[in-house]
Amino acid sequence: MPPLEEVKERIEQALPGARATVTDLTGGGDHLRAEVVYKGFAGLSRLEQHKLVYGVFEGEIGGPIHALSLKTVIPLAGNHGSSEDSGKGDSQ
Amino acid sequence: MTNEEIRAELQRAIGEERVMLFMKGTPDAPRCGFSARVTQILNASGVEYSAMDILPDPRIRAELSGLSGWPTIPQLFVGGELVGGCDIVTEMFESGELAGTLGVEAPHTEAPAPQQTAQAPPLQIE
Repeated sequence: MPPLEEVKERIEQALPGARATVTDLTGGGDHLRAEVVYKGFAGLSRLEQHKLVYGVFEGEIGGPIHALSLKTVIPLAGNHGSSEDSGKGDSQ
Repeated sequence: MTNEEIRAELQRAIGEERVMLFMKGTPDAPRCGFSARVTQILNASGVEYSAMDILPDPRIRAELSGLSGWPTIPQLFVGGELVGGCDIVTEMFESGELAGTLGVEAPHTEAPAPQQTAQAPPLQIE
């Protein structure tokens, strides 16, 4: 199972400029949560945003990564985005 | 059942059931914390929905993910369209959007807040 740091790096490499925070929900290393701040989410539905992140791990979710919970955030303009900016329904 | 029959049954369920949940276990006995949370939210919303347990045959999940392009379970469909999985349904519930998507009025009484994910680890380990 990929360590948290690897999951973070893969997201950030696949989505240029993205910042990911990855946590382990259960301590078991296979139920992960990622909060991803990425300019490229702008204009996409929340569903499309999540698919973009899931796409980084094609075939591994449900396998080595049993579960990957996501929160996607579009950074505010002129700000590289902190999770404080996220609010709810930010994708709309 | 052949894979084609499984796919046809999934397509039928998605197309014919207005609110269709694919989950691990059943609404009465969910087998995963994420599926449990979505059933709690749907129950709190007061919407009628159908549910299918994907666990009995691993091909169900494979065919479903192939159809939806969504890798995880649960998956909620409304009117034949994928709404999302546990994270999206939870966010929409908390923001109040979900009632509109489901075509129901927002619950008048305060619905039980979904538990934080960290406090509700999935019950099932594959």
